[in-house]
Amino acid sequence: TSEQIEHLHRRFKQLSRDQLTIRKENFDSIPDLEFNPIRGKIVHAFFDKRNLRQESDGLADEINFEDFLTIMSYFRPIEMNMDEEQLDRFRKEKLKFLFHMYDSDHDGKITLQEYRNVVEELLSGNPHLEKESARSIADGAMLEAASICVGQMGPDQVYEGITFDDFLKMWQGIDIETKMHVRFLNMETIAHCY
Amino acid sequence: SVSNIVPESCLLIVVGLLVGGLIKGVGEKPPILKSDIFFLFLLPPIILDAGYFLPLRQFTENLGTILIFAVVGTLWNAFFLGGLMYAVCQLGGPGLNHIGLLANLLFGSIISAVDPVAVLAVFEEIHINELLHILVFGESLLNDAVTVVLYHLFEEFATFEQVTIIDIILGFLSFFVVSLGGVFVGVIYGLIAAFTSRFTSHIRVIEPLFVFLYSYMAYLSAELFHLSGIMALIASGVVMRPYVEANISHKSHTTIKYFLKMWSSVSETLIFIFLGVSTVAGHHYWNWTFVISTLLFCLIARVLGVLVLTWFINKFRIVKLTPKDQFIIAYGGLRGAIAFSLCYLLDYKHFGMRDMFLTAIITVIFFTVFVQGMTIRPLVDLLAVKKKQETKRSINEEIHTQFLDHLLTGIEDICGHYGHHHWKDKLNRFNKKYVKKCLIAGERSKEPQLIAFYHKMEMKQAIELVESGGIGKIPSAVSTVSIQNINPKTLPVERILPALSKDKEEEIRKILRNNLQKTRQRLRSYNRHTLVADPYEEAWNQMLLRRQKARQLEQKMNNYLTVPAHKLDSPTMSRARIGSDPLAYEPKADSENLPIITIDPASPQSPESVDLMNEEPKGCAGLPPSPEEDEEGLVMRVKEPSSPGTDDVFTPGTGDSPGNQRMLRCLSDPGPRPEPEEGEPFIPKGQ
Repeated sequence: TSEQIEHLHRRFKQLSRDQLTIRKENFDSIPDLEFNPIRGKIVHAFFDKRNLRQESDGLADEINFEDFLTIMSYFRPIEMNMDEEQLDRFRKEKLKFLFHMYDSDHDGKITLQEYRNVVEELLSGNPHLEKESARSIADGAMLEAASICVGQMGPDQVYEGITFDDFLKMWQGIDIETKMHVRFLNMETIAHCY
Repeated sequence: SVSNIVPESCLLIVVGLLVGGLIKGVGEKPPILKSDIFFLFLLPPIILDAGYFLPLRQFTENLGTILIFAVVGTLWNAFFLGGLMYAVCQLGGPGLNHIGLLANLLFGSIISAVDPVAVLAVFEEIHINELLHILVFGESLLNDAVTVVLYHLFEEFATFEQVTIIDIILGFLSFFVVSLGGVFVGVIYGLIAAFTSRFTSHIRVIEPLFVFLYSYMAYLSAELFHLSGIMALIASGVVMRPYVEANISHKSHTTIKYFLKMWSSVSETLIFIFLGVSTVAGHHYWNWTFVISTLLFCLIARVLGVLVLTWFINKFRIVKLTPKDQFIIAYGGLRGAIAFSLCYLLDYKHFGMRDMFLTAIITVIFFTVFVQGMTIRPLVDLLAVKKKQETKRSINEEIHTQFLDHLLTGIEDICGHYGHHHWKDKLNRFNKKYVKKCLIAGERSKEPQLIAFYHKMEMKQAIELVESGGIGKIPSAVSTVSIQNINPKTLPVERILPALSKDKEEEIRKILRNNLQKTRQRLRSYNRHTLVADPYEEAWNQMLLRRQKARQLEQKMNNYLTVPAHKLDSPTMSRARIGSDPLAYEPKADSENLPIITIDPASPQSPESVDLMNEEPKGCAGLPPSPEEDEEGLVMRVKEPSSPGTDDVFTPGTGDSPGNQRMLRCLSDPGPRPEPEEGEPFIPKGQ
């Protein structure tokens, strides 16, 4: 809605300090983001060209408001009047966004190393924890994913990584379309950092 | 079959009726469900069971909706019904004229509350999706506060000569006192219970007792002050659960679970039977007008209430409630024994028409339980309402959910919007920083949720494995994905058990030890890495050498344990999967006196351990698989494929060299401070 766009625009201006584009450094000014273990990935996702629906790959240096909106559009809540196909497309889009966040080297697959990365980041809020525990969890998860997606594998076959289709399979149990959204309804609760 | 058509609660009531009839027929006076027995002994277990196992995530996500249904919905029901019944009474002729407004309002408030017992009994069997379940169930739990307030209010007012505005306002305020007070009491007791459980590491046996005791005390304390006992009970269960579960032993956890289920089952059964008996036994006063109109207006009030409220709520919900959902919610508004008992408590002096009320209430209860209870299942099927998905939590799901949570929180922060996730995140951080430190014993307090979840899964699988040990062939449909497949380059993947605490370790050891006898003969140590083909042996030896030159070793627990069980349900299969672990138990001849469970064969060993193993071959190779267990040492070795039954999946006879065999040992993490005897081969990690 137009209200929401206006609000986002205000926020954009605030983040970019009244310039036309935002760079990565601008995100550092958000205090609460410090605590977030995956902030690196989140910020990265904003600049990921694949998410910005550009043809090329890699990272953009700066994004303008339109791109900002594009990213935000991934978090739209579903509407009542959507039909099956739209819902499905919606879901795929959101999952694709997530997939890009996991797949940091842009090769279309989530390899074991990338997955380990993810888990490590998730657990990075606990300084005393060893890396190995994160790795073992990631390994276990990967094993599981492989079992779900491929089932039988001979000992010589190598499972390259989680492709997008496998990713879709894994998320089947979770209704992503209902979960991945941000509410913009309560305008009064906007943080006033001006 | 009968049980598919008729829900259990109906059958129980019928049984009660029969029993009551029988007793009456014999000439004795059948017992009636006394209210104090009901409220003091029969109701708490059910509520505690519900509260302790409440799916907190869905509950909090839908809390707004639930509260609106519970509070506003019940109020609406009560007043609408009371008012209409008053009108009916005025018009109803001489028999009813004398019933005043207050009495009718009281009646309305008693009967308007959706009953958790009935809802549980019926909804358990129809397996609808979690959202609807939590909505109706949550509503039935939370409306207790409203019921209590209204009940006491009207009861009091009935004794007054006049009711002033002040009284009404006070009554309104008392609602907040009752509900929030109830929650407060529950939270206090929950915290005390959590705190107590922190120190119970030496007296594991009475841990369950604390849970039950403190919860019951919360209930009693709340009831004592006329606060909402149900809310106190639920609050205490919800609050204590995460901390208590982190503190208590696995066995205590199982005990609590089964005791709660048992008690609540027994209570539920008794309640319904008594309901039936009381119907036969009680004094009844049947007045057609009153009863029929009660029934009618109940239904109408419920439907109207749900419709209006949903329309209002849908403005704020992201996931809207469809008409189908609304229908189920309305239809699920079952009344039950609470209404009956409340009415029974009424004083004859002030409420002479109590018998009539009782009759009406019983009729409504019967109607909702029988008619609605029986027809809800075919209706659910007919309307194709989404059913509950039976998915086991997998580690992947957990990772993804956490990731998503953080992501959404981050996005919210970026938008500058303090939403749902933001506050949840803040609460979590607060929890981690301060509360957990106080309430959870020892190292567990620092354990992040992911790790805790991982632990739980591993324990579960370890237990599954052991319990299923000794069962026959491994079917070939096992997923043969191994770590090989995902990461061929790093054969010796290091896997660490993140700081497995001593007790857990002890428990795992005990479990495994206790089942060694069974599994000994059948299991051979499998190492997917080494079993498969000879070429791996070279790689293996190379790796050995590399390791010998390389770095430190850690204790690891086999990652294979986390391969999820959901695909393969039968114990044989899960065992098969995990059977790839080198779990052939062989008493270690000499130095290892400590029970060590080492499951990771492929893991790099410390230089010393490698040496140890290399030294051993002569010693151990000569050791025949001795039937007796060395209870101390659980070093698992590869045995020659002696038992035919186990070789189906894994390539047998790989000619494991002694070196390989010796490698197949499971190392357990001795925890932050390694025991001195274990010192040498296992360099403990994470000190």
